[in-house]
Amino acid sequence: MSDDASLKVSVWRGAEAGSFETFDVPMQESQTVLDLVAWVQQNADPTLAYRYACRVGMCGSCAMMVNGVPRWTCRTHVSKVAKDGTVEIAPLRNLPVIKDLAVDMDPFFDKWTAAGGAFSPTKSRDDTVEPILPETPERREADAAIECINCAVCYAACDVVSVNPDYLGPAALNRAWSLVNDVKDGALDARLTAVSGAGGCHNCHSQQGCVAHCPNELNPTASIAGLKRATVRAALKGRI
Amino acid sequence: MIGVRLYMLQRLTALIMAPLVIGHIAVMIYAVQGGLSASEILGRTQGSLLWALFYGTFAVAVALHAAIGLRAIIHETFGLGGKSLAILTLGIFALLGGMGLHAVYAVTA
Amino acid sequence: MKPHRNHPLWYAFALHRASGLLLALFLPAHFWVLSYALTDAAALDGFLRWTDYTMVKIAEFGLVFLLAAHMFGGLRLMALEWLPWSPRQKTYAASAVALSFCLSTLFFLSAV
Repeated sequence: MSDDASLKVSVWRGAEAGSFETFDVPMQESQTVLDLVAWVQQNADPTLAYRYACRVGMCGSCAMMVNGVPRWTCRTHVSKVAKDGTVEIAPLRNLPVIKDLAVDMDPFFDKWTAAGGAFSPTKSRDDTVEPILPETPERREADAAIECINCAVCYAACDVVSVNPDYLGPAALNRAWSLVNDVKDGALDARLTAVSGAGGCHNCHSQQGCVAHCPNELNPTASIAGLKRATVRAALKGRI
Repeated sequence: MIGVRLYMLQRLTALIMAPLVIGHIAVMIYAVQGGLSASEILGRTQGSLLWALFYGTFAVAVALHAAIGLRAIIHETFGLGGKSLAILTLGIFALLGGMGLHAVYAVTA
Repeated sequence: MKPHRNHPLWYAFALHRASGLLLALFLPAHFWVLSYALTDAAALDGFLRWTDYTMVKIAEFGLVFLLAAHMFGGLRLMALEWLPWSPRQKTYAASAVALSFCLSTLFFLSAV
């Protein structure tokens, strides 16, 4: 890769209303999409707004639409996504744009809370620590769902979120499923009620965009299916 | 817009209809050979309690299933919600169920 | 086509939604024609004679395909929701379409 090669990088400027601005960014080896954005902000236009923190795929703050697909930009190599030397970078879909590439994550985390995302302990610090066996089916389900970094890539990929403003979305429902399977949690029926409303798990159409795009390769569709089964059983027993 | 009870009704009607659809397609493949005629169809169905039950169940199940499915489409496409969406869902169920049962009565009575 | 939708299971969703919608729109016409059996069997015969036309046969093939695709697609979704998770979702979606095509072709070959 020669040093003088460059990429045409189109970056969203503005808020909900705005337009793409194109920058010539020099290509480098092992360059990530976040590197492109950082180069623009540091060398071309310091007023560019974007969000990142860890740069190693742990914090979940740098997700953006890259060529129309939601991705974690710090772990996405330019060589994988560039098309004919161009990359289009836009703010995450389905969330209000604050400025440029930074979106307002409030609706995402509000729904996380609305889906019963907070752990509800059954014991106090005075009780002995409960042994949790990793091989039980419940713990396996909880472990699979718990790796979410809340990057909102699934939320941006989900078409139900875009057409049904009440819909809680894949990440919030996946979180609820991890707690449904947590034997230490004591708010099962309240959580099953929380995910059975107008925007609950039953509105999922199993398009599996969340599964296709999750950077951590989690499976929110399977979690949502688990919630569908759990809520039906609870409804049949008259618990919700 | 779909809660747990509408979800259960949607899946229950789907389970009921799966074998009915296979039966319906099998009947169509059998009946369409050599062309369709009213006398051939009615000769098979009229006065038959079995066909009345088969297609009567089918008509009620499809009216429920289609009403819930269209409810989701209407909400997601036009943003309609609340009481107007509930009335529209019931209206679609009543229209399809009424027309369906009338048709079943017409060919089996 | 928006790039984030460009994966097989989104197309499976699109087929399920389109087939469901079209079948729901077809049903009132289907019921209305059949109800002529009660009042005017000759009129019913008139409608049924349309099915002799090749274009109508092709449309019927389309309807049977939509019905089969909605049923097999729906069974796939219920299996996804109620049976242990399988990593072969794309295979199941493709199989549902293939089975639907076979059934509707069998119908078409019987009709012509």
